[in-house]
Amino acid sequence: MAEHYPALQVVVPLLAAPLCLFVRNGRAAWGLAVLASWSALGISLVLLSRVMSSGVISYALGGWAPPIGIEYRVDIVNAWVLVIVSTIGALVAPYALTSVEREIGARRIPLFYAAYLLCLSGLLGITITGDVFNVFVFLEISSLSAYALIALGQDRRALTSAFRYLVAGSVGATFIVIGIGLLYSMTGSLNMADLAQLLPGVWESRTVKVAYGFLAVGFCLKLALFPLHLWLPNAYTYAPSPVTAFMASTATKVAVYMLLRFFLTVFGAAFSFDVMALDRVLLPLALVAIVSMSLVAIFQVNVKRLLAYSSVAQIGYMVLGLSFATVTGLTATLLHLFNHALMKGALFMAMGCVMYRIGSVRIEAMAGLGRRMPATMAAFVAGGLSLVGVPLTVGFVSKWYLILGALERGWWPVAVLVLIASLMALVYVWRVVEVAYFREFTGDERTREAPWTLLWPTWALVVLNLYFGIDAGRTAGIARQAAEVLMTGIGQ
Amino acid sequence: MTLDLLLTHYNYWVVIFLMMVGFYILISRGNLIKKIVGLNVFQTSVFMLYISLGKITEGTPPILVDGYGDADVVYSNPLPHVLILTAIVVGIATTSVGLALAVRIKEAYGTLEEDEITGIEAGIEPAGEAGG
Repeated sequence: MAEHYPALQVVVPLLAAPLCLFVRNGRAAWGLAVLASWSALGISLVLLSRVMSSGVISYALGGWAPPIGIEYRVDIVNAWVLVIVSTIGALVAPYALTSVEREIGARRIPLFYAAYLLCLSGLLGITITGDVFNVFVFLEISSLSAYALIALGQDRRALTSAFRYLVAGSVGATFIVIGIGLLYSMTGSLNMADLAQLLPGVWESRTVKVAYGFLAVGFCLKLALFPLHLWLPNAYTYAPSPVTAFMASTATKVAVYMLLRFFLTVFGAAFSFDVMALDRVLLPLALVAIVSMSLVAIFQVNVKRLLAYSSVAQIGYMVLGLSFATVTGLTATLLHLFNHALMKGALFMAMGCVMYRIGSVRIEAMAGLGRRMPATMAAFVAGGLSLVGVPLTVGFVSKWYLILGALERGWWPVAVLVLIASLMALVYVWRVVEVAYFREFTGDERTREAPWTLLWPTWALVVLNLYFGIDAGRTAGIARQAAEVLMTGIGQ
Repeated sequence: MTLDLLLTHYNYWVVIFLMMVGFYILISRGNLIKKIVGLNVFQTSVFMLYISLGKITEGTPPILVDGYGDADVVYSNPLPHVLILTAIVVGIATTSVGLALAVRIKEAYGTLEEDEITGIEAGIEPAGEAGG
């Protein structure tokens, strides 16, 4: 049993998804979703501890030995990302129960959980697999279910934003397939470890460079790097609250992981940085994303959209860490994957609580809400502080490593820009806090605190935000180890 | 030499042509159904890219029969075909989700033209929110 954990990681949620359709009952489907997502979390934690104690796990799917068969390959990098995805998955699933009953029609609830589990298994699959074509298959499983999840939003604009995401996402995925096909034509292999051995022999070929270009554009569309982020703000704004919380904390993180895995493990850091100048391409895009999107976020009146633009800026931080092309920079990227998932998950969940009680997430509708819904708004403030990067929160830890990485390269203007962008984050978080705490409450007198079924997952993420902000040694240690694995490549 | 490149690699030129046609339709057309068709053409070009990668000049079909079973027989690579079977299924799934969304959009907005939808959305979006 235990040796099959890598397969079970994906198979458990994948099989639970169709079961949700068969039970046809919202509560029963929810029970299945919670069970599947918590077992996924358990499995990912076991995998992480096993990888840390005894090294890389290679699992031959169906007993077919790699490189011919499909290999699931778990090293510290993807074990880390698996834990991120499944932690969020395990907290969003219980949160969804109350939220979904309010925001989605009863008939569609089992369908919602089926799509949710498919999306979760797709994301876990992308992360765990060691086969490049398998990445594409799981990418489409997660994307197609994500389009359906977003389209479940109450507002009709959810439909058009899902459609736009579908068009952008399919173009991105097709670019990725083209890249994979060109790589296959040069090497005759689809196994990541095998490709890493074979590619240095054909580095000079134009086909490999073109493949690299196609993959880069495809990944950047998927991770919403400026200027390919246009699908993201609407999709996050109009999706149902639990979907936004889930997608914002996992989908783009997994896309960043794909980028790191392909460009650092498969192609190798030397090829990416020395031949293809990946760092010099990503650096300006990341900086523009951080500054311009933080600025746009300041002027939003819908808090979900504000947080969506802030997400694009935060993705900029992750890409910025990569563009330093150093172990410290990459540590910052990997830490921020985890930390941003915690903070954005908490913030979007808090907005889901607000949506549940007052039916709106516009800033002016939240006047005086700090006294009416103290626990919800306190969670928002804690998540917001983390977003700004205040000490004792996880946000501070990622910013610390990011600035350390910038100074290590001697790029002090970059460090200054990161600090300025943090101040801009303070401005947009403060706009919400000011309205919620320093204005008179004008809404419905019966407005009460959100139900505890919504509050405990939100606060679980807030507590993780603070815990890993204070005890950052463990997460930073794993991230540093993972960064070293990525930088040295698979061959050594 | 240039003509030679054109003629011997004509399959790749077909692929590039289809890819550009599909991508152009996707970007330039305002009708959501036409966008889906463009996306389909775009994806189909990739199917053809993969399939022509697997074809080897003078290669036999990759089937073991008497007289063709020897190791030194040159045969076409079946793997890209198998991969593209998966991609075709994915393409159908994408198309059907896209069309289903188009139906729902038509129900909700009464139109499938992108600029009309944008107009309706701008009408219901209060000033200041249309930042995206």
